[in-house]
Amino acid sequence: MTDIAWIDLALASARPKALGALLRYFRNLDTAEEAFQEACLRAIRTWPEKGPPRDPTAWLIFVGRNSGIDAVRKRAKIQALPDEDQISDREDAESDIADRLDDSHYRDDILRLLFICCHPDLPATQQIALALRIVSGLSVSQIARAFLVSETAMEQRITRAKARVTKAGVPFETPSPQERAERLTIVSTMIYLIFNEGYSQADPKQEAAAFSDEAIRLARLMLHIFPAEPELMGLLSLMLLQISRRQARFSAEGEIVLLEDQDRSLWNQPFINEALALLDKALRHRRPGPYQLQAAIAAVHSRAKRAEDTDWVEIDLLYRALERVQPSPVVTLNRAVVVSKLNGPQEALDLIEQLDEKLDGYFYYHGLRGNLLKQLGRIAPARVAFDRAIALAHSAAEAAHIRRQIDKMQEEAAQPAAKP
Amino acid sequence: MLYAILCYANEETVFAWTEEEEAAVMGNLHAVIEPLAAAGKLGPTGRLMPTTAATTVRKGRDEAFVVDGPFAETKEALLGFYTVDFETLDEAIAFSKQLSAVNPGSTSYEIRPFYTFRPGEIAS
Repeated sequence: MTDIAWIDLALASARPKALGALLRYFRNLDTAEEAFQEACLRAIRTWPEKGPPRDPTAWLIFVGRNSGIDAVRKRAKIQALPDEDQISDREDAESDIADRLDDSHYRDDILRLLFICCHPDLPATQQIALALRIVSGLSVSQIARAFLVSETAMEQRITRAKARVTKAGVPFETPSPQERAERLTIVSTMIYLIFNEGYSQADPKQEAAAFSDEAIRLARLMLHIFPAEPELMGLLSLMLLQISRRQARFSAEGEIVLLEDQDRSLWNQPFINEALALLDKALRHRRPGPYQLQAAIAAVHSRAKRAEDTDWVEIDLLYRALERVQPSPVVTLNRAVVVSKLNGPQEALDLIEQLDEKLDGYFYYHGLRGNLLKQLGRIAPARVAFDRAIALAHSAAEAAHIRRQIDKMQEEAAQPAAKP
Repeated sequence: MLYAILCYANEETVFAWTEEEEAAVMGNLHAVIEPLAAAGKLGPTGRLMPTTAATTVRKGRDEAFVVDGPFAETKEALLGFYTVDFETLDEAIAFSKQLSAVNPGSTSYEIRPFYTFRPGEIAS
């Protein structure tokens, strides 16, 4: 890694903490962002020469705070503070601020920064865009490419979202334990949304695929500051287990490879091991939640050496538990896959047909329904379900996957065993 | 003389490496240790998971208790380590509690899983 690459990485990883602290200090998002930007510029200028500081985050907060005060004072035509190049290597001042900014401060700072991006008036995609811009520091053009919109359109969207958030007022008082827990839940949901935005992309080289890594980084950060939260352990574990299959999920031609058909030697074992360690830690707390349960389900697959070794009974139990803590037709739909493995396609079909009304606009519902009908030899209704799935597909890869199933079904139907 | 070489680094930066950066750094490190291994001068090496995967067994008034995360609040130094192979975290905790019970000091035991572990072999 070159010096500049290292500095870029250090600045990016310090961003949520530093910006969060600057926001608390200035109580204004624009001022905080400008101050952080200025601190980064100074870092790029001085670090290669003087070497990186012992604590890059504390350095950035210290320098950012002074340059922010400087800017505010200049605007107010008051005398400026001394030049940063003089104070930046004052070791005592740096360690002083590092001591005062212990993790309990950072904790609410970072949570606040993420939380303000989750404003309920903003649609999910705008929350994601805002968080990636503000918290992760991704460029507008990067985010725009990922969402397949023009840079100007994304710029406007982010500006509007920011104005909305600022108008709503940033909650600066220290949250009560209850409020903190609520914020944590909301922020976790957004982190998982960011992850899925990236994970749903076929090509790992696509812009949005980097979102998954960013979500994992944010979850690590959250867990770092809330080390005893089992649901955060569950969330990180779940995302690591999913991302561990990144290389196996698509064929070289970009086609979807189902879990049971994946080459398991392509799964990233270090990610799996870390996820299992986290899950182990989480379960000790005996406070199960949706992320822990979903991670536990994913972990059953990860533990199976071959698809046929999968412990479907265990997965069924976990899905039933998930249905209890988070009842949703999508969870039931997923459980139907397990039911088909354990008790055959008819029982699974009976289970999902009760969901028809709720999931009629859902790609996976029709995909699974078609698949079950196909297994039962009901070709014509299977075809109708598959066609409906294709119409609802989110990506070319999804549509192609269903088309292959139709082709296979028709091939099999064209060679009836009854005709000798 | 046998030495333990303990690596301290900024976690936030290290775990933000992309897969390419990660592969490059690991490749470079590998190139450095390989001649040592070939010369029979390398013992067990390992790469630890982030501290978020760690559990700490801390000395309590009566019995040792278990907390999530690393033992980071004080400036105590790392004074040694064991490498063990257990099926579950519970076994590792039980083992650490046994160590804690016989250790007269206020020692804490951080249980941190390995990503990779190479037993190595030092020629005597």
